[in-house]
Amino acid sequence: MARHSDRQIEHLLRRAGFGATPDELSFYGEMSIADAVDTLIEYDRIPDDVDAKIAKPGYVGVTARGQFMPWANIADARQRWLFRMMHSERPLQEKMTLFWHNHFATGYTKVQGDLGGTEGARYMAAKASEDPAGVRGQLEMLRDNALGNFRDILLNIAKDTAMLVWLDGRTNTKLKPQENFGREIMELFTVGVGNYTEPDVYAAARVFSGWNLPRVGATGDPAQHYEFAYLANQHDTSEKTFSFQMYSNGSKTIPARSAANGMQDGIDFINALAGNPNTARYLATKLYRFFVSELTDPDPAFVSRIASVYLSSGYDMKQVVREVFLSSQFWATSAYFARYSWPVEFVVRAMKDIGWVGFTVNDALPALANMGQVLYEPPDVSGWDAGRTWFSTGAMLARMNFASSLASNQKFNLARTVKPLAATSDSVLSYFLNALATPTLDSSVIAELGNYLRATGAWTGSDAQLQAKAAGLVHLIAGLPEYQFV
Amino acid sequence: MQITRRQFVKGGVAAFTITYAAPDFLSDLARAQGAHARNLVVLQLSGGNDSLSMLIPYNDSFYHSRRPSLAVPAGNVLQIGTDSSKVALGLHPGLTGLKEIFDRGRIAFVQRTGYENQSRSHFDGTDIWSTANPKNTQGPGWVGRYLDSLPSPVDPLVGWNTTGNSPHVLQSAHVSVPAISNPATYSFLSPNTGAEAAAEQATALRINTHVPVDRPEVAFVYGSAQAAMATLDRVRAVSLYAPSAPYPNTPLGSALKAVAGAMAKGIGTRVFYVTIGGFDTHSAQNVNATNGAYYSLMTTISGALLAFYTDLKNQGLFEDTLLVTFSEFGRRISENGVGNTSGTDHGAASAMMVMGGKVTGGLYGTAPVLNTDLKNPTLENNANDVHYETDFRSVYARIIDGWLGADSQTLLGGDFRKASLTFI
Repeated sequence: MARHSDRQIEHLLRRAGFGATPDELSFYGEMSIADAVDTLIEYDRIPDDVDAKIAKPGYVGVTARGQFMPWANIADARQRWLFRMMHSERPLQEKMTLFWHNHFATGYTKVQGDLGGTEGARYMAAKASEDPAGVRGQLEMLRDNALGNFRDILLNIAKDTAMLVWLDGRTNTKLKPQENFGREIMELFTVGVGNYTEPDVYAAARVFSGWNLPRVGATGDPAQHYEFAYLANQHDTSEKTFSFQMYSNGSKTIPARSAANGMQDGIDFINALAGNPNTARYLATKLYRFFVSELTDPDPAFVSRIASVYLSSGYDMKQVVREVFLSSQFWATSAYFARYSWPVEFVVRAMKDIGWVGFTVNDALPALANMGQVLYEPPDVSGWDAGRTWFSTGAMLARMNFASSLASNQKFNLARTVKPLAATSDSVLSYFLNALATPTLDSSVIAELGNYLRATGAWTGSDAQLQAKAAGLVHLIAGLPEYQFV
Repeated sequence: MQITRRQFVKGGVAAFTITYAAPDFLSDLARAQGAHARNLVVLQLSGGNDSLSMLIPYNDSFYHSRRPSLAVPAGNVLQIGTDSSKVALGLHPGLTGLKEIFDRGRIAFVQRTGYENQSRSHFDGTDIWSTANPKNTQGPGWVGRYLDSLPSPVDPLVGWNTTGNSPHVLQSAHVSVPAISNPATYSFLSPNTGAEAAAEQATALRINTHVPVDRPEVAFVYGSAQAAMATLDRVRAVSLYAPSAPYPNTPLGSALKAVAGAMAKGIGTRVFYVTIGGFDTHSAQNVNATNGAYYSLMTTISGALLAFYTDLKNQGLFEDTLLVTFSEFGRRISENGVGNTSGTDHGAASAMMVMGGKVTGGLYGTAPVLNTDLKNPTLENNANDVHYETDFRSVYARIIDGWLGADSQTLLGGDFRKASLTFI
């Protein structure tokens, strides 16, 4: 677990990824910062072969109940995603997928309640290559477009099966317009609250009338599935006027169209939302909080520059995110450890820092629930509240307890690792304080950790003592409030 | 007995410096001497409750015509009388338990609660109801402000949040309310056993009394860790609670059982937060089939609250308890679909419910009249939504002044008192 690298690379990998294993640190540590950013962003150059490593030796384990079926079992889907966060050589792809999952926050339980558990997992998490009908679940769509074009993501999400269930688009018809998706696409996905009116909500509902979800294929055929379709006879063909611009000529009105051409309403509306300057600022602000800092308000200069790159690039998230990682705000030392880690960030980083061989991500699932983050199950369509709200007492206790479980699991590995340093308790302490990076610890905290190593008897460095103390110390460090920051 | 002491650090984050040992016998003693401590339970109905399906104006012909598939037939509602405007009202048929408590005079409904220009956003709406401030939803929640007003030292278990997250209504400048969703798993684990494990826990306890003065964000997390460490013993006592009445095996039932346990064990908690989600019934709301979405919500609430009522009543604790509900908004009057897929979209005012041993039950305020006349003063938004009659802050004010014994004008930043709200 030796650290070869400087604080900058570690900062970059905590944000653009989920921390770094010693191997990852050496790999990126030999690059310039610019090359490291480039390698993270241009991940298409690196093979996407992480799923093939599942259940292979040397990696963190998964626990299957019978066959491992992430396309049909949501617990397996959660394990697969944690495995990818842990071992993908494209960490930024997984990180951006998490960003989008929180942005277009869709909950498995409602999809499962309406369509059943197997189908729910399918529409959330199946890969097209593993589905008999080529169904691509929502998360795979987001992952494929993680640094794609925002307008394309919006259009895909409007047609996404899980989203059509989650925000009830499938029941949006001409006679009974359904406002749920129409409201949230403005409030949460694009322009933000305060930048649309109630009449805009009614108009948006009518825009998407007929964007429904018929079931196709023969009953009993495994290829039978739900799939988005525009149902012309369910579309409200009258014109729709908004309080904000729909077209570049300044018009705020989507014209009346024939039913056959009515799907264009939704496409026009999505184009208008993607190009709205409020969307640009809304995304820039969210990116600041996700990648740069939660401790300071978004720097207006940052927001306007990111918003401007978003608009001038035609909503190209690769260019936008590159600008984030090249910004002075990102590299300010005040941005180091300036985010409250999300539970999955904490869990994956702890595994990378402490060790994973012999551990299974399945054991992280109940722990994550206690910490307040269940993948594929955001609390509502606004996503997780994040920031300080992760740190209720119960959630903090759950983090300390996860650190305990992982340290316990890695007891022998940890003892073996520090055996060469066993001569003094101080060298063991220094080693682990270095391996589990935190913002600066106050000297009294370091003193307490040192006292712990000598608390139950004189330091001998025996194997038995190392096994108890290394695990206990790692538990205490990963449970420190400072370690909860990334 | 150790003393709890509170320290303020920069940024207004609280930290508790010494652990509080569970003085179970002390509160038992206090109760034997006739001392009662009042409890407040806040129940959030998350998602926007369609209160027209909970408290039903079943004789209003527009209720039926505007909800062809979402109206409960008059013959099925649980009639509870008429309000001051002579509108006959009935409870949803799933609320048999609440009907029982209502009939005993211990439930009050306050109809048409809300505020001007009510937000139809879940998130803005929740923030507004939580902070009791439609204009600025930054900063602590109204219950959090109450906790901040308590004289120091404030015990870390003064509040108990039965969910895993930190609801805005409980957020406070100085008091870190513990989130304890399951008392049985609220314990400190260790990779070791015996003396090693004890040494670890002692170290964690000492480390977490530390206050990083110049870093409020880190101090905030220390506050949570410290409150967790300081409450382990008392929460363990609650996990051993054997209720006097069976609770339904639902998350709400379990949460209320823990609340009753905390009260019965006398661990010093005064404010509780409980929530049930699933009220965002845009589609398949289904109020009539017993396994329908809204019907199930009603039976879940009814079963859990009846068990809670019975349990507290048996133990002489109901007199010390007041429960109030809130939801971020009501829903549109007209349904949005046809048949089983039908639901209701985001609306405005709705009804609040207050339950407690000292509550003067009944129907407060007047029901909306549901005709589609654009001039109908009980409705708004072209007669699509219910217009508020009672500012929701008036209900809070009554509870603050009449139950918590605090000053509503200070906590709410204005005079929202309403003389006709005599439910407590």
